[in-house]
Amino acid sequence: MKKVITGNQAVAYGVILSRVEVVSAYPITPQTTIVEELSELIANGRLNTRFLKVESEHSAMAALIGASTVGVRCFTATSSHGLAYMHEMLHWASGARLPIVMVNVNRAIGPPWNIWSDQSDSLSQRDTGWIQLYCENNQEVLDTILQAYRIAEIVRLPVMVVLDAFVLSHTSEPVDIPSMEEVDRFLPPFCPSYPFEPEEPKAYSVITTPEYFFEFRYKIQKAMEEVSEVSRKVEDEFYVHFKRRYGAIERYGGEKADLLLLTSGTVTSTSRLVVKKLIEQGINVAGVKIKRFRPFPAKEISEAIKGAEKLAVIDRNLSPGVGGIFAQELRAALYPGEEKPVIFGFISGLGGRDITPELIEEAIHYALSHSQPEEEILWLGLKK
Amino acid sequence: MKKIPIPIEENLGRGHLACAGCGAAIGMRLVLKALGERVVMVFPASCWSIIPGFWPYSSFRVTAIHAGFVTGGATASGIRAALDVKGDDETLVVVWGGDGGTFDIGLQALSGAAERNEDFIYICNDNEGYMNTGTQRSSATPLMAWTTTTPVAQPKENPKKDIMAIMADHQIPYAATATIAYPEDLLRKMEKAKGIRGTRFIHLLSPCPPGWRIPSEICVKISRLAVRSRVFPLYEIEKGRIYTLQEEKRVVPVKEYLKLQGRFGHLSNSQIEEIQRRVDESWDRLQRKARC
Ligand SMILES: Cc1ncc(C[n+]2csc(CCOP(=O)(O)OP(=O)(O)O)c2C)c(N)n1
Ligand code: SF4
Ligand SMILES: [Mg+2]
Repeated sequence: MKKVITGNQAVAYGVILSRVEVVSAYPITPQTTIVEELSELIANGRLNTRFLKVESEHSAMAALIGASTVGVRCFTATSSHGLAYMHEMLHWASGARLPIVMVNVNRAIGPPWNIWSDQSDSLSQRDTGWIQLYCENNQEVLDTILQAYRIAEIVRLPVMVVLDAFVLSHTSEPVDIPSMEEVDRFLPPFCPSYPFEPEEPKAYSVITTPEYFFEFRYKIQKAMEEVSEVSRKVEDEFYVHFKRRYGAIERYGGEKADLLLLTSGTVTSTSRLVVKKLIEQGINVAGVKIKRFRPFPAKEISEAIKGAEKLAVIDRNLSPGVGGIFAQELRAALYPGEEKPVIFGFISGLGGRDITPELIEEAIHYALSHSQPEEEILWLGLKK
Repeated sequence: MKKIPIPIEENLGRGHLACAGCGAAIGMRLVLKALGERVVMVFPASCWSIIPGFWPYSSFRVTAIHAGFVTGGATASGIRAALDVKGDDETLVVVWGGDGGTFDIGLQALSGAAERNEDFIYICNDNEGYMNTGTQRSSATPLMAWTTTTPVAQPKENPKKDIMAIMADHQIPYAATATIAYPEDLLRKMEKAKGIRGTRFIHLLSPCPPGWRIPSEICVKISRLAVRSRVFPLYEIEKGRIYTLQEEKRVVPVKEYLKLQGRFGHLSNSQIEEIQRRVDESWDRLQRKARC
């Protein structure tokens, strides 16, 4: 069934269709309509879902950690300050190997207060052991939630599904909403590898000495290394059911382009238009959408950029003292390889400033006309 | 007081790591006896993150979920919700949090859970300080007591927070104080709590030999003196309003309680009188609440 819905409504549909059993959340703009929509759907529906309206984001995640330990499918959504407030519990969820799925609506972190889109919130949680998937449109948001549960429950790591504030969260687009029966065929009920049986007592998250702790962390890394393969299989299955596919990354535009433009989130949609226009003008460029940030798809990107001389990365985030986080990860990922394209690291759109087609064109023209970036950070659309 | 039998089953095994004479270890044994087998224990950070031992061992013979320091009330809410969804209404969810994890850093999560009247028993194991981290003050540390962050030159300047009043004002169905010197009373209260749905709160006073600077063999005695001196009266609160006070026949001056503890060793007579005055005042206040 096709419906015109916002990104946040797509989230709510994804959650309901996944037959989530425990939801726990705390409101923050621009995530609020997710919790409102879920409250309605759960209050009116016949689903066996409990919604804990907790007193903070820290408790939202803690409650899911409790619920997921018992072996039920769990969900929360947050944004910005809410995500930052959860930080301790993000480590706990991955350390305890719990397949929790969370939506984060990308929003800048204050001060100064700002409610608009910016990836600094989710990217500053990059070392917490969560898989991170960035979405480009509302269909992808819904689909990614369904896939996230499959991936999380196989590798036993939590997944963060990320969408841009307002540009997706509050913008309506046509979305194909699958039926519950179709989703049931793709996403079976959660069956934990270690069932929770109070009649067979066990201890969870017990203190661990240096003799063993190291290996627990090693196993998280190994699980992360499985994500590429597992995701591919999950996507293949998803394709069979729904005829849609996204990939960890997606390359579009000119075949043998010298210059590639790398983006994530909704900037990709704008970039697609710009790339198309420039190709029509005879400029050979191509784009790469990076959907999966954690684990960073180094192999997939290395494949996709083969032959390119220059990479222009647009980061809607800033790690002060370093620059754009995607650019930084990209440099690290490509360093061991043979190919060493010149990387142009652009920062743009912080705090929700529009990243317009003109700005993207400006970035491409800059990269085309310079053999090397003049500065480590190239500020795109900055008022000087 | 009516005598009730104490089950012989032990669900805290041997070899745990509590200090010799730890009041809380006695408290834990008793509480686990009362709770039986079908229980999920939740442990926000405290001495009890260490006491059951290191992975892959645990001294608990019941399910134990260790949790973040802040999260007792929230983790238990999630566990309860998940058990409900699975249709398991047999398993009891019980939090065992320290005074730090209850009065201070975990108060928000506990308050949230109590306001939602989440269905679990919350036991605050109160040893009047952050003992796991080496006896720093908490808001449960008594007035003028020594701790490592309230040294003798500047002992604790503020009185102990009234956690029972705070919990009562959440209008939870049941709250009670208890301590290890009165095991039958503790078990009776645990039994009563088990028979009620909603948030139930037990404030358990557990003397701590190293933290209170007392010899390890006098925990039970100290715990009894806490009640007899009315520093820690035994009482119950139902529905946040109905107070039942357990009158102590052999009342002793506060000095009898204080003088055995190194953490009060620096007190002058006038300071002890000041503490006596405050204890009398609190007792009056409690009696007034019990009367109306
Ligand atoms: C967020 C956070 N802050 C600080 C700590 C360190 N910490 C662990 S246990 C503890 C003290 C616990 O005191 P209490 O709750 O009274 O329990 P006790 O150890 O006295 O039994 C502290 C400060 C922590 N684990 N987590
Ligand atoms: S420090 Fe105190 S509370 Fe902690 S184990 Fe030792 S005696 Fe028990
Ligand atoms: Mg304590």
